[in-house]
Amino acid sequence: TEGGGGGVAAGMKETLDKVVTAHKVVLFMKGTKDFPQCGFSHTVVQILRSLDVPFETLDVLANDALRQGLKEYSSWPTFPQLYIDGEFFGGCDITLEAYKSGELQETLEKAMCS
Amino acid sequence: MGVTKEDVEAAVAAALSPTHLVVTDTSGGCGASYEIEVVSGKFEGKRLLERHRMVNTALAPLMAEIHAVSIKALTPEQAQPQPSPPAVTADKA
Repeated sequence: TEGGGGGVAAGMKETLDKVVTAHKVVLFMKGTKDFPQCGFSHTVVQILRSLDVPFETLDVLANDALRQGLKEYSSWPTFPQLYIDGEFFGGCDITLEAYKSGELQETLEKAMCS
Repeated sequence: MGVTKEDVEAAVAAALSPTHLVVTDTSGGCGASYEIEVVSGKFEGKRLLERHRMVNTALAPLMAEIHAVSIKALTPEQAQPQPSPPAVTADKA
């Protein structure tokens, strides 16, 4: 059975607060932007590239503590996870929908100007 | 071992009383993954992120064994056939 998670450990939360605000756009993904290890992560990388915004990626496959911590931090069970301006924006489906509707571009523009 | 399509359907149906629900097994090289298309009145007035969170919450007990989910969450109104043809159509022989 599962161990009692019950929220993000204090140290992990502080670390993640710093990581998600260190850059305007941060993508937690499987693999790296040059070598995505999953189609969903690849999709979001492609979208961000096509919009020509600078973004940082972190490979959750390379750090299991980061991977588990983020799931609780974001209250989101899967990867990729996109953060814009320190806020959780969504996973692959939401990012793709928002890209199609123009909402993503709008959010990114706002973030870049802030 | 493992989660079945039926488990996913049951969990979503119980939580969201959908008027339409299609669960597809889409293991695309990454492992156990599902595509979920759900239409529910409970999505009314909710942003996409919130809608997805509702589906994720419904699936929480199963997520440990699911690799990935792809969610399409619509209100009954949005699910009505649109006047313009859909952008993507599947060619079937």
